[in-house]
Amino acid sequence: MSFLDKTARSFLLSELFGGMWLTIKYMFAKKVTLNYPFEKGPLSPRFRGEHALRRYPNGEERCIACKLCEAICPAQAITIEASSRDDGSRRTTRYDIDMTKCIYCGFCEESCPVDAIVEGPNFEFATETHEELLYNKDKLLSNGEKWESLLAKRIELDLPYR
Amino acid sequence: MMAESFSDKDDKYTVNFGPQHPAAHGVLRLVLEMSGETIDRVDPHIGLLHRGTEKLIEHKTYLQAVPYFDRLDYVSPMNQEQAYALAVESLLGITIPKRAEYIRILFCEITRILNHIMNIAAYAMDVGAMTPFLWTFEEREKLMGFYEEVSGSRMHAAYVRPGGVARDLPIGLTDRIFSWSNGFEKILDDIEGLLTDNRIFKQRTVDIGIVSKKEALDWGFTGPNLRASGIPWDLRKSQPYDSYEDMDFDIPIGKNGDCYDRYLVRVEEMRQSIKIINQSINSLPSGPVKLIDNKINPPKRSDMKTSMEALIHHFKLYTEGYHVPAGEVYRAVEAPKGEFGVHLISDGSNKPYRCRIRAPGFTHMQGMDFMLRGHMLADVPAVLGSIDIVFGEVDR
Repeated sequence: MSFLDKTARSFLLSELFGGMWLTIKYMFAKKVTLNYPFEKGPLSPRFRGEHALRRYPNGEERCIACKLCEAICPAQAITIEASSRDDGSRRTTRYDIDMTKCIYCGFCEESCPVDAIVEGPNFEFATETHEELLYNKDKLLSNGEKWESLLAKRIELDLPYR
Repeated sequence: MMAESFSDKDDKYTVNFGPQHPAAHGVLRLVLEMSGETIDRVDPHIGLLHRGTEKLIEHKTYLQAVPYFDRLDYVSPMNQEQAYALAVESLLGITIPKRAEYIRILFCEITRILNHIMNIAAYAMDVGAMTPFLWTFEEREKLMGFYEEVSGSRMHAAYVRPGGVARDLPIGLTDRIFSWSNGFEKILDDIEGLLTDNRIFKQRTVDIGIVSKKEALDWGFTGPNLRASGIPWDLRKSQPYDSYEDMDFDIPIGKNGDCYDRYLVRVEEMRQSIKIINQSINSLPSGPVKLIDNKINPPKRSDMKTSMEALIHHFKLYTEGYHVPAGEVYRAVEAPKGEFGVHLISDGSNKPYRCRIRAPGFTHMQGMDFMLRGHMLADVPAVLGSIDIVFGEVDR
C-alpha cells in the first residue's frame, strides 16, 4: 500500500466505516436468537439432563440394586440401599441422587446393565431450595413415568452406537 | 508550589484488581503497585478456584478421572481429556484405532476454535469492542451443538477416553460439521473486518505487553503466546500425537510478541484448524472407535446383555476399573492455550498414584509482572485478555 493510499484511508476513517457497514448489514440479516421459553434448540438423543428411573412396560421397576452407578459415580452423588422384597427379588429400598453433587457425566447411564437409571432430555428442573434437588426414589420414578416415551425413543436411537 | 509538596512516596499506591472485576477473566486478583497511572509491579494472587483436582484424581479410577479434565480449562475440554487419555494409553502400552485418532483430531480442532473465538471475543470486549462477542457466541452455539450431538453435553463432554472415544459419531454429523466449516471462514473475515485494521483496537494492543523471544522461552511460554513472539514451536508438528503427522497445516508465528500479534496468531490458527477439520473429515477412516479389548473398554451394550463374559467385564470395568502397569509418563498436547501436560505415576493399581497437571495458563500468569511493568493501568485488561487465561486450569 502506497503512502498516499495509506494516508487517504487513514483520514477517511475507511476501516471504521467498513466496520459500521458490516454491522448494518448484520442488522438486516436473519435473526438467530431463540425466544427461549417458547422456542428451544434441538437436542440429540445423547443429551445428558435430569435423571430418571425407568420401569418395565408391565410396571416392574428395572433397577435391581447392582450399585454399579453408585460405584462409578465420580462425584459420589448416588446413594443406594437394597434388600430382598417379599417375592424374593432384590430391589432398592433407597435410591437417592444429590443433583447438586452430580456432574452429569453420564457414567451412571453407561454403567446400568438394565437401562434403569438414565439421564433424560429435561434440563429445566431448577428449584428454589437446595432440598428440592436431593432426589429420592419416588421423585426419580415419577420422572421416569413422566418422560418414558421420550426416554425409550432416545435409547432406541442411540443403541447402534453404544 | 502544590506539586512540589508531593513527594515520590505520596504518588505510589496499591490497586486491587479483581477478583470480582469483570475484566479479570474469572477469579484473578491482581495487586498492582502503581506510581500514578503507571504500573511498577504486578502481584497475581491465585487459588480462588482451587478444587484439588490432582488430589481428587488419586482417589478415582482411571475412567472416573476423565470428567475432571473437562473442568480444568472449561473453554477447551476435549484437548485436556486427550492429554490424559494419551498418558494412560502410554502406560498401558496400547495404540488406539485410526478412526478414534481422527475423531479426536476433529474434535480437538473444533475445541481450538471454540477456545480462540471465545478468547478473541472476550479480549475485544475488554478493549472496547462489543459486536465480535455477539457474533462469535453464535458460532460457539453451533460448535457446542456438535459437542452435544457427539457426547451428550455441551461443554463437559467426557468423550475422549483412554482407549479411544466414548461413542461413534452419529450419522450425518460430519456433513453438518463440514457445511459449518465452509461458512466459518466468512465469519472470521467479518470479525477480522471489525478488529484487525481498526485503529481503536490497534491503539489498545500494538506494542502493549511485548514479549521477546528470550523472555518467552525463559518464562516457559507455550502455545499462541510463544508463537506470537516468533518461535515456531507447536507440539502438533514437533512431536505429533494421535494422527497429526497425517495432517497438512501451517504454524502461524508473530513478529513482535505484543498483544496485537497474539490476536493475529490466534485468528490464523483458527483458519489452520478449519483446514485440519476438513482434512480429518475427508479422510476419516472406517472401523472401530475404541480399542476392542474388554479388559480396558467396556463391551458393546448388545454383547453385555447377551454374553455372560461380557457382563462380567462390564461389571469389573465399572466397579474396579482396569489396572495400569506401574510406571511414570509425561504426555503433553498442544491445547489451545499452550502445552497441556499430564504427568501420571502408576503403582500398578486401578487408581493413579499421582497425577500432576501442567497447565499452560499458570506459566503465562507468571509473565504478567514483566509484561505489565511500565504500562498504564488501562493496559491490564488488554494484556490479561491477550494471554488467554482461564482460572479452572491455573488454580486446578
